Amino acid sequence: MNEVARWLADPATWQGGTGIPVRVLEHLAIVAASIAAATLVALPVGLWIGHTGRGATLAVNLANVGRAVPSYAVIVIVLPFSLSFSRELGLNVIPTFLAMVLLAIPPILVGAYAGLREVDRDLVESARGMGLRERQVLTGVEIPLAAPVIVGGFRTAVLNVIATATIGAVLGFGGLGRYILDGRLRGIGGTGELIGGAVLVALLAVGVDLVLAVVQRWLSRRADPSLGPARGYRDLPAIPLADGAP
Amino acid sequence: MVIDWGWIAGHLDDIVAALWQHIVLVGIPLATGFAISLGLGIWAVRRPRVYGPITAVTGVLYTIPSLAAFALLVPVFGFSMLVAFIPLTTYTLLILFRNIVAGFQSVPSEVLEAADAMGYRQRDRLLRVEIPLAVPLMMAGLRLAAVTLIGLATVVSILGSGYGGLGQLITDGLQTFFPTKYVLGGVLSVALAVVVDLLFVRTERRLTPWAGARATGAVPA
Repeated sequence: MNEVARWLADPATWQGGTGIPVRVLEHLAIVAASIAAATLVALPVGLWIGHTGRGATLAVNLANVGRAVPSYAVIVIVLPFSLSFSRELGLNVIPTFLAMVLLAIPPILVGAYAGLREVDRDLVESARGMGLRERQVLTGVEIPLAAPVIVGGFRTAVLNVIATATIGAVLGFGGLGRYILDGRLRGIGGTGELIGGAVLVALLAVGVDLVLAVVQRWLSRRADPSLGPARGYRDLPAIPLADGAP
Repeated sequence: MVIDWGWIAGHLDDIVAALWQHIVLVGIPLATGFAISLGLGIWAVRRPRVYGPITAVTGVLYTIPSLAAFALLVPVFGFSMLVAFIPLTTYTLLILFRNIVAGFQSVPSEVLEAADAMGYRQRDRLLRVEIPLAVPLMMAGLRLAAVTLIGLATVVSILGSGYGGLGQLITDGLQTFFPTKYVLGGVLSVALAVVVDLLFVRTERRLTPWAGARATGAVPA
């Protein structure tokens, strides 16, 4: 504990290109960029599969494969390819980013698909019967009702991606994982940095997840006003239940 | 990227050792996590008030990125296996606890009443009626937890030394710029996840013969 306090009290910990503010920004920037890139690919495909019901097997299989592939392996295996893009960034930023995008796609896609599938088909049919066009059915009925599940997919993706950005430090990527790796390399003298970095990563992940949980709760309440006042985490599964059904 | 098949053929012993280490690295936390979650699940079914707080605590534990969780324990336990076992155990709790509770809740109340009417005591009812009927959802949780742990366990090798399992192949391959090793580490990890998942599906069919040929679908996100 003393070592952590000493590390946090050191002004050098907070200043310059290796200071905590810069590292937090690096971490958040690559998380935001990779989620944005993954969304561009995964959200339209997931909505299309959910809306039309076509390609559902693909979505389910993708979810399983996505879970089985270790992010650490993806970062390292992507390395030779990213080095051919750029000698400089190919060693740290690009492999981390590519791995993060690849790992964020399955949960977002499956969240969109599963959310739309769960919408009461009678509601969708009556919306069609009322003369809404397909696009209006999607944006006016299906997406608002599916929003909590869709955001649930994003929560899983963001969680994965924050953890993967931390592992990116192995290849020399910045972000908060840097402190863990550098502290480890400095041995006993680096204990404060090691623990301090780990605590910061944990706080960042829990904090971001909490923000998304609040968004999810707000959307659930909007989709189903009968839910009534919130009762804490009960309404807010961080991950959907594994129920064995496709 | 060139795979050096000759190296693989010459180092089968090391590869099998890494695979076995990985199985231990995942198996012990999975079994421990299941025992803890079963206890918590039975508690939550008897006292529904504790469900919310348990989900909240296990949810926060689940949210902590793996590398940070391992790093936090290094000063406490040094570079021993506990550094890997404790976080890997806590990662299973949210998944297993929620699935075990859902499993118990899936038992129809008529069945419970029938068991009571037949004179089952609480303990016998739990062991011979409730747990067997909760098996499908418990198994779904175990499958998800096992596949998740097999991936997470590769991260152990980044901090530790000597007990990194398949992750050790990835770390060694990265440090020596030897693609064969890290590709093999990644591929074997995915293969292990697929095989373990299939084994759980088969076990579930054995444990629930009354379910017949019911298709066991894949787990949603």
